[in-house]
Amino acid sequence: MAARRSLLLLSPRLRRLHLPLAALCLALAGAAPAAADEETQPQVIQPEVERRSVDLARIDSENFELGLFFGMLAIEDFGTNPVYGARLAYHVGERLFVEAALGRSKGDKTSYERLSGAAELLSDDDRELTYYNLSLGFNLLPSESFPAKDWAFNSALYIIAGVGSTRFAGGDAFTVNFGAGYRFLATDWLALHLDVRDHMFDVDLLGENKLTHNLELTTGFTVFF
Amino acid sequence: MFHNSFLRIGLLLWLALTLLAFLPRARAAETVQVADPYIELHTGPGEGYPVFHVVDKGEPIEVLKRRTDWFKVRAPRGQEGWVHSRQLARTLDGDGQAVAIAEPGIGDYSGRRWEMGVLGGDFSGARLISAYLGYALSDNLSLELSVGQAVGSHSSSWLGNINLTHRPFPDWRLQPFFLIGVGVVHTDPSTTLVRSEDRTDTTLQVGAGLQAYLTRRFLIRAEYRNHVVQMSTDDNEEVDQWQLGVAFFF
Repeated sequence: MAARRSLLLLSPRLRRLHLPLAALCLALAGAAPAAADEETQPQVIQPEVERRSVDLARIDSENFELGLFFGMLAIEDFGTNPVYGARLAYHVGERLFVEAALGRSKGDKTSYERLSGAAELLSDDDRELTYYNLSLGFNLLPSESFPAKDWAFNSALYIIAGVGSTRFAGGDAFTVNFGAGYRFLATDWLALHLDVRDHMFDVDLLGENKLTHNLELTTGFTVFF
Repeated sequence: MFHNSFLRIGLLLWLALTLLAFLPRARAAETVQVADPYIELHTGPGEGYPVFHVVDKGEPIEVLKRRTDWFKVRAPRGQEGWVHSRQLARTLDGDGQAVAIAEPGIGDYSGRRWEMGVLGGDFSGARLISAYLGYALSDNLSLELSVGQAVGSHSSSWLGNINLTHRPFPDWRLQPFFLIGVGVVHTDPSTTLVRSEDRTDTTLQVGAGLQAYLTRRFLIRAEYRNHVVQMSTDDNEEVDQWQLGVAFFF
């Protein structure tokens, strides 16, 4: 549809070209018919291609994505707190990408600590939460977004899952994460992200292992290079 | 409330990225000539993005950049869109020769310089996540540096290894490899248990594995290592390590 439209757009241009030609032909018709024939003959236009070999390996390939994110992390039992971090992704194909991320947050007081007012479960240092993960992402719905008329941006809804480690409450815990995100490409190389992720890890704070779900909502930007 | 040094690194990174974003981006554009009846320009680098323009046979197009298998091109009248490498491979260069698009294949493995990968597995009952970087000294021999973290229920350990890997058959799609190496294990007991000291031990290791070429630059790698951990308590301990992961080479 769009292709057809752009082909049709050629016609005013052609008309513009033909009108003077036609006028010229008419003017010259009586005087020099032979010359007119020459004028109307279609010229073969050779494209100006530089005479040198082409090396597509020299073309800048932009398959890496590096950026920062920030948002909120709900640390189970320890409240919802700001989180920030960095991510690096490599796009394997138009669908698949791998991502490494590093994030940091801090746990608040549990309701128990607030109510009892006395016993602190964790020292201040042990409330620091740091995680890293390696994940595999899949662009489930590559799409275009249209914020306004004549304005289109490429975007994608992706799903992502991976493994990593979380340091919290004085120990490291093996962490599985999964979630989904939305990538909005403001330009070819600048993307804005919205991400929802669940980080699942065991906490053995009270002597027994408990699987915790830690939901994270972040926004951020990345640069393709 | 945030850790100061981390915040500072974050700010620096942010600044660097912002500067990077405003740097004039070097563009090595190449011009090719359409040889098929026409070439299709998509609005985005993916099969699903609609075709919004076609460039006819014989017309020049400028190739601007690449993302995965897609090339961003500029048509003679300025339209910019994405063309799949399959179509771009059917264009001509200035001498009328077909344009060569070097797609990495299995044959490139023996000519590789660098190899990188991430693996997951088991280190003496603890869950292990690791990454490695390899440098090919020859077709058969490479030097590999790996770091990993083993997370157990009572402690977590950081591992750092340097090993020499020998691949007797570098051209095989499925090939065995053998390695020897040295490393350190830094063990950090969980502080919710009785507080005990961190310790760092050295290890010697031998291992073997299998790797399979997947596609393009990708490999699957499975390996086993037997560590002899020279404990600071003067005893030696043998530790098994199993891992499976993906790697790519370039």
